[in-house]
Amino acid sequence: MARMDAVSKRTVGKIEKLAESVIRAVKGGGNPFVEIPVRSLANVRFNEKKRVVELGNQRQKRYFFNVSMAKKFMQTFLVSDACKELIESGKTTSIRDLYYITKHSIGDTKQNTFEEQDESDPIIEDIEVALDALREELHLFASRKGTMVGPITIRDSGDTIDLRRMGSGGWGVPSIVEENVIQFGRHEAKYVLLVEKDAVWSRFNEDKFWKRQNAIIIHGGGQPPRGVRRMVQRLHRELKLPVYVLVDNDPWGFYIYSVVKQGSINLAFESMRMAVPDARFIGLSSFDKVTYKLPSNVAIKMDDGDVARARQMLAYPWFQAKQWQAEIQEMVKSGVKYELEALSRRGISFITEEYLPTKLKEKDWIA
Amino acid sequence: MAAKASRVAKADRRSRQLELVPVARPVAEPPAPTPVPAPGPAEDAAAGATESRRPKRRATAEEMATRQREISISEFFTKNRHLLGFDNPSKALLTTIKEAVDNSLDACEEAGILPEITIGVRDLGFEASGELTKGEGRFVVSVEDNGPGIVKAQAPKIFGKLLYGSKFHRLKQSRGQQGIGISAAAMYGQLTTGQPIRVVSRTGKGKPTHSFDIQIDTRKNSPVVTRDETLDDWHQDHGTRVDLEIVANWQSGQKFVNRYVEHTSLANPHCTVHYLRPKQARLSFPRATSELPKEALEIRPHPHGVELGALMTMAGDSKSHDVKGFLQTSFSRVSAQVAGEILKHAGLRERMRPREIAGDRDLAEKLHRGIQGTKIMAPPVNCLSPIGDALMRQGLVSFLSVIETEGPDGEDGQLDLDQAAKTKGKKGKAKPAPAPEPAEVEAEEGVEKIKGHDYFIATVTRPPRVYRGNPFQVEVGLAHGGSWPADRPVELFRFANRVPLLFQRGACGIHEAVVKTDWRNYLLSQPKGSLPVGPMALLVHIASVWVPFTSESKEAVAPYPEIIREIQLAAQECGRKLAAHIRKRQHADYQAQRRSIFELYIHEVAQAIGKIVGRSPDPIRREFMRVAEKVTEADLASQDAKLEEAAEKTARRPRRSEEDE
Repeated sequence: MARMDAVSKRTVGKIEKLAESVIRAVKGGGNPFVEIPVRSLANVRFNEKKRVVELGNQRQKRYFFNVSMAKKFMQTFLVSDACKELIESGKTTSIRDLYYITKHSIGDTKQNTFEEQDESDPIIEDIEVALDALREELHLFASRKGTMVGPITIRDSGDTIDLRRMGSGGWGVPSIVEENVIQFGRHEAKYVLLVEKDAVWSRFNEDKFWKRQNAIIIHGGGQPPRGVRRMVQRLHRELKLPVYVLVDNDPWGFYIYSVVKQGSINLAFESMRMAVPDARFIGLSSFDKVTYKLPSNVAIKMDDGDVARARQMLAYPWFQAKQWQAEIQEMVKSGVKYELEALSRRGISFITEEYLPTKLKEKDWIA
Repeated sequence: MAAKASRVAKADRRSRQLELVPVARPVAEPPAPTPVPAPGPAEDAAAGATESRRPKRRATAEEMATRQREISISEFFTKNRHLLGFDNPSKALLTTIKEAVDNSLDACEEAGILPEITIGVRDLGFEASGELTKGEGRFVVSVEDNGPGIVKAQAPKIFGKLLYGSKFHRLKQSRGQQGIGISAAAMYGQLTTGQPIRVVSRTGKGKPTHSFDIQIDTRKNSPVVTRDETLDDWHQDHGTRVDLEIVANWQSGQKFVNRYVEHTSLANPHCTVHYLRPKQARLSFPRATSELPKEALEIRPHPHGVELGALMTMAGDSKSHDVKGFLQTSFSRVSAQVAGEILKHAGLRERMRPREIAGDRDLAEKLHRGIQGTKIMAPPVNCLSPIGDALMRQGLVSFLSVIETEGPDGEDGQLDLDQAAKTKGKKGKAKPAPAPEPAEVEAEEGVEKIKGHDYFIATVTRPPRVYRGNPFQVEVGLAHGGSWPADRPVELFRFANRVPLLFQRGACGIHEAVVKTDWRNYLLSQPKGSLPVGPMALLVHIASVWVPFTSESKEAVAPYPEIIREIQLAAQECGRKLAAHIRKRQHADYQAQRRSIFELYIHEVAQAIGKIVGRSPDPIRREFMRVAEKVTEADLASQDAKLEEAAEKTARRPRRSEEDE
């Protein structure tokens, strides 16, 4: 057993405490349970002061002696046990890996402890909130996605990496970017630019946009994973860099921005560690099609799902700002959406040479 | 009675309607009698034509008198054989067997002998050509019993004279009632084949064995013995055998016979039945008990059941000096005090001669009203001989054993031996199953394991009741589960005085009572106005000194309200037992299911938790199992409540309110 640091010891202690409470309950003839904060819209509220989405106080009890809960109860302890073993052996693994570790058939039946990874992922999140332990504290990581490049030097697990010399591929942002893994070194960055997708990020990298603008450019492959969001927050807080978010002009893009800004419903318990309430929405605005003369043939018609999603977002407390209401309403009214790539209609590097510099210069963003 | 009431109501309605029609009617003066009736238009036309059109007198009263003569009862039934159940050759086959078996069983019981009956059907066409007769043909039906035998002098009248018998003039529970049955069968045989009925009988060891051929003189309704021999030897110490050659249809009629044999052995568990069929192996239904049913006692009629005409006849036959004595001796439950009360209500003198009553309609009517207006104790009911709960159960068990051996239900959903014949080939030679001991160790009370199938059996014997002065008693037995289809209407087996009723189900009061019972209360589904649906057989038996059949062929019981009500009460009681069983089984299923889920997971949880806390998983598992048992039970209780509630909800649905005690 590898020597454990204080955080690991605390996490293992929490897991043991949970198990002991179950044993006590059963010895007393009671129905053992695990108490888990509810992770749904109903138990999430927008903290106006901190400007982040927070988890409420609702908790649900997961009982063993309840036909509909028994399996999940069992799964909770299978995952807890696996995590404890990971921590004690000082190893970290992916949540997919954990699914395979804990999957086996029960007794001599055809039933499995887990049928799909879809079953084990929420259990992991349950344990995170139940134990108030971060995923990395459980020695788990999600599949890696997200790339970063920019005028900064970092240390990753003891290796010094110069993000100015990452070629065309960039540096893959790991899922765990806590201080004990990643430390920041020398940098000349003036701001952070988070773009929605890989393809657009590649354009910015190839055009050496980061070099010209002294910007750290990072993408999260759609909805940014925890590692990317945590990284953005650390850059913002520790290096005092403003954050700009560049996403498609569609409800999905807007929502990505809102998650970066104030956290998601599902991971509301981690908002404090991830949200960047000061993040600025730089594009693509519903009004850019006029300002930047986008021809109507690059627009995509919104489908019913898009419209419904947009309407839903109109009601979210964190989209109540006048500017946001105008953005969303304009999108619904026009019935069309635009991808970032639509800007390439004006020239392949229009986005890096004209669009973004103009917007930054004119402070044409939503805070 | 209900029919009469509705008829009265209808007449009432009609007269009221008439009153509503606004016709100017002379109120004060009646229509003046016209000496010459005003000729109607038709008559007018006739009169306007020739005189010769007036109908010619065809015969004088004297001429007609020469043609008027007595119709013998035999002649009457020759022409109306459907009234006795000889409608067609397939039904005649069954009726012939049934009448003979009824007599055999009655005789055995009356004599106190455990019956062993052999029913045989021979296909004469098959015996001649080696091929089974298709459709109508000649058959010999034989029924042999080990009964007391018949005295030589009586035999011709019993088999060769209609309306001759011992059972008509008494009130006693027996299968036969009128004294028509076997002689009608003999007549049917004679009519269709010309062959006489052949009787072999012996009254005891050392006594001679007589063999007769008896024909019926249908004009005179009297027997003619065409052969009278004494046999040297017979394999029975005592008993009777009849052979009847008849035209029958085995092809289409055998299913009725099969069912009759099965059901007879079901309702008569003290009886062994052997069944010999053309080209098939002998089948035996061994007796399930060697205890004879309680002897049925003869009773005098109850005053409330007697009708005016019968009252007059009885008065005429009475040997008593005065009417008070007549009442006391001819009826049951009439003491001197009660007789006095009746006469007071009737306004008659006690010293009046019974013959006066017999001769005077008005006096008789007074007496009849007096009887109806007097409260009289219900007739004695200990005269009845029900099958009884235990024997009904044994009967069902041994019946089911044979059914399970012989194969499942027939095509029409009836439990039936026809199907058995088809499946027999696969099973190899089917051997009659011995009746299993009903008192085996059971998991649940009332559940019998028969050939690997679990049957729940419930029986209810109601206390005796009275309809129209006749005591009767209702018994209901049900068998649920086993290998029966769950999506078919239940099997209804109807019995009257232990005789299976196979026809006219729709006209039968038993069927009506079962349909009227709301079985949804007992967790069975039931389409409106139909039998319930489920894997169940329902046996209903009515025992009475006089079963009110709807016809002489004794196929359906008249729906007297008292009888319907009793059947419903018995069915409900059985139903409640069934519902308790179904509920219990549902619990058991649920419990097992719950247990297995928890047990599966407990193992995993204990393993994981044990590893986390670094202790052995076994004690943790044991603790979990201990709680599991407790929790499942507590949970079952709530599940219970839910089921109960659901049952109540169905009960509350308005259809028919359950009449209950």
